[in-house]
Amino acid sequence: MDFLQAVFVTPFVEIWESPFFFIELVLVGLSTGVLYSLVALGFVLIFKASGMFNFAQGAMVLFAALTLVGLMEHGVPLWAALILSMAVMVVLAFVVERLMLRYLVNQEGLILFMATIGLNFILEGTGQLFWGSDVKRLEIGIPDKPFDLGPILLNTFDVTAAFIGAALVVSLAIFFQKTPMGRALRAVADDHQAALSVGIPLKTIWIAVWTIAGIVALVAGIVWGAKSGVQFSLSLIALKALPVLILGGFTSVPGAIVGGLIIGVGEKVAEGFWGPAFGGAIENWFAYMLALAFLVFRPQGLFGEKIIERV
Amino acid sequence: MFYREAGQFKTTYADDQAVFPILQDKIAVLAVIAVAYSVPLFANEYWLQAILIQFLVFALMAIGLNILMGYAGQVSLGTGAFAAVGAYACYKLTTNIEGLNVIVAILLSGGFAAAVGIVFGLPSLRIKGFYLAVATLAAQFFILWLFNKVGWFYNDNPSGTITAPPRELFGVQITGPAATPEARYIVCLTFLIVGAWIAKNLARGRIGRSWMAIRDMDIAAEIIGIRPLRTKLLAFAISSFYCGVAGALMVFCWLGSAETEAFDLAAVSFPVLFMIIIGGLGSIGGSILGAAFIVLVPIFLTNFPPMIGLEISTALQKHFEEIIFGAMIVIFLIVEPEGVARLWQILREKLRKWPFPY
Amino acid sequence: MPDGTQPPTGRVVGDVIMKVENVSLSFGGVRALDNVSFDVREHEILAIIGPNGAGKSSMLNCINGFYHPQEGAITYKGKRRDTAKTFEAAEEGIARTFQNIALFKGMSTLDNIMTGRGLKMKKNLLWQALYYGPALKEELEHRAKAEEVIDFLEIEAIRKTPVGRLPYGLQKRVELGRALAAEPDLLLLDEPMAGMNHEEKEDMVRYILDVNDEFGTTIVLIEHDMSVVMDISDRVVVLDYGKKLADGTPDEVKRNQDVIDAYLGVSHD
Repeated sequence: MDFLQAVFVTPFVEIWESPFFFIELVLVGLSTGVLYSLVALGFVLIFKASGMFNFAQGAMVLFAALTLVGLMEHGVPLWAALILSMAVMVVLAFVVERLMLRYLVNQEGLILFMATIGLNFILEGTGQLFWGSDVKRLEIGIPDKPFDLGPILLNTFDVTAAFIGAALVVSLAIFFQKTPMGRALRAVADDHQAALSVGIPLKTIWIAVWTIAGIVALVAGIVWGAKSGVQFSLSLIALKALPVLILGGFTSVPGAIVGGLIIGVGEKVAEGFWGPAFGGAIENWFAYMLALAFLVFRPQGLFGEKIIERV
Repeated sequence: MFYREAGQFKTTYADDQAVFPILQDKIAVLAVIAVAYSVPLFANEYWLQAILIQFLVFALMAIGLNILMGYAGQVSLGTGAFAAVGAYACYKLTTNIEGLNVIVAILLSGGFAAAVGIVFGLPSLRIKGFYLAVATLAAQFFILWLFNKVGWFYNDNPSGTITAPPRELFGVQITGPAATPEARYIVCLTFLIVGAWIAKNLARGRIGRSWMAIRDMDIAAEIIGIRPLRTKLLAFAISSFYCGVAGALMVFCWLGSAETEAFDLAAVSFPVLFMIIIGGLGSIGGSILGAAFIVLVPIFLTNFPPMIGLEISTALQKHFEEIIFGAMIVIFLIVEPEGVARLWQILREKLRKWPFPY
Repeated sequence: MPDGTQPPTGRVVGDVIMKVENVSLSFGGVRALDNVSFDVREHEILAIIGPNGAGKSSMLNCINGFYHPQEGAITYKGKRRDTAKTFEAAEEGIARTFQNIALFKGMSTLDNIMTGRGLKMKKNLLWQALYYGPALKEELEHRAKAEEVIDFLEIEAIRKTPVGRLPYGLQKRVELGRALAAEPDLLLLDEPMAGMNHEEKEDMVRYILDVNDEFGTTIVLIEHDMSVVMDISDRVVVLDYGKKLADGTPDEVKRNQDVIDAYLGVSHD
């Protein structure tokens, strides 16, 4: 009884009584959600272009952030470190294509998925091998000051992060819809062989898309890292992008954004109001359970298309 | 030259369907089992405790995951959670029911894990591939959180750990601090051998064929009368049963005591996944070989560099380990997606013809 | 011979075992089947023909329970089939082969054929786990049955070969074997001869006729090769754009003006 009360009554009473706390939680959730969206975007990009579920996206975030911080620790100025990190991500895209992707053309999705789990471990290992595994602070000069917006407490950092995320999303959307490269990417995603046969250079496309995903990972890594330090847990946070994808659909850029925001807000609000009923720390699994419920009722996600199977 | 099957004719279907149709194989396997049982006679405690028991536990878990992934084609990242269900169930059973035989308790724990496996397998009717992986991740995070949060599961023990109580089998202590590594080794070995044998039987019979049919082409499988939900759930149940039993053994015969961290993604789910990728998807023997490999690499990394005069820190060693595992996975998937089991098969083919080229 | 329906093939055709009545199926706005009706009689060979996209495979999928038609009814052996589940079709004795081969690629020929026996194997999990006593006996009995099918289709040599490595023609044959292993009453064949050369076609025709003859299996087949269709079928159903154009003996269909128009593309207004 007490438990039911704590789940079905108390939280709503609390929301009613302290609406500003609720709104604050929503805003905090949104700012976390933007970060989830950033990570999820990287997944969507690669999935669209190669039908590959890139489990290593999280490790790429960690790897990119570690490279940047590592360079800065060696006295490289921020702008140079940024350029160098980007270069590293480009090189990574080349290496991944050269050593892995080209041997896996036309393999089943499951094999590709497992291969990226392997890549995930390689990147985590290499990143930490070079730059160490202790927590590093990333100072990139985003102001982190609280300010009031009416009765609600906000943070300049979160607002900046949201803007960065939005800018990235808009430019990606334009890239996919309006450029010839974007069209080629979508063709490749549909069918490798068919794309090859109309003369789309598969290898170039792959390198391009992994580069973009790498740069998205770098941005995500910078924002996450500046917020909570660069450390191993970054690649775990990236696991949160998986439920985001389930919600948004694997091939939908807007889906990744909306899904990220829903998960971000959902887990903060759930933790804030429902957490006490469950003894706290429900943030760890809330997103997955939400995604699971979604899978059962709407497997194609919010924006995905229903698939008609044929024989 | 000694590996020839010439002259061994099969005159019945039963002979043709035997697990080891060739006489030399039968002898070799019996010999391996005999050696395995006599290992405690010459192995030292470090080998038994740190390496062999760990290997046996993980091999059993790998067989479980291979049933689900390799045979039935359902991706799972929730191995750790199902193992944890087994471990915690076994802890509750042994500490709450006086006089319950520990072997019975371990088997019952497997049953609990199977029930949980069925629940988290339910979405598999509607979702496939990596979508399912996310569903099993939900199991992984939720179950470990539950065992961590709810004191009832660890008897409200202030340390939050579960500890194997001392229990005997045939008058010999096999769990608890006083149990010798030898006794625990023999228990785990027996579980593995029986488990592998049963898994092989299931895999080569009607049930195994229906799993593989679902894996290879689910629509066609349904059209010849295989019920998809029932078949998939059976795979989830049996797979989780193996994981649960292995989880119980992990605490009771290997670690002695454990917290939920012992079962998390990085400690159990991923390594076991690697074992079956390297060993070979859809191969019981491969699961065992893969487990041996994954258990031995860290041991090698600890012992080998000092031998050639290199000192590397444990952190560094862990990163090397990650890179090696990752690289092995990628290489195997590219070169031989069917894993060590397939390489072994090729070797055997070669051996049959040796010294002739064909 | 009771009435004029006796076909020229000399087969003794029995009663109606399946009735398809006014079946309509659409996907979104596309109407794949539009008010189609026909009967299938016991022991006959019925061909469904029509241009690509006419809804032939959709028709088989409806019979199978893989698609569920929005309107109309399919009755098989006195029971409604159009709402039944796919696996229930197999339980009621309907087997099927596919246009694009749908074999279990990772399994051997023998195992593929053994899956067809699955429904007839009853031993439970515990016996299976032991693979001993009754379970072993059952397995061996069905192995013997599977071997009969292998014998019948002359694929002994590839018994243990993974089907993924077999050439196309043999894969088609194994797929037929898997369907036959279930000892079906009604066999649905979706373009069993597509992509085959002349000799392979002759073989396949021989197997189909033998199955019909020896086991009395009723056969519904989709085929594009008109000479084969006209040679072996008792009756022919012609579909075009989801609608039934004609239904009758091969000779009747050949003379039907609508059919000639649909095939030759003549428009008459």
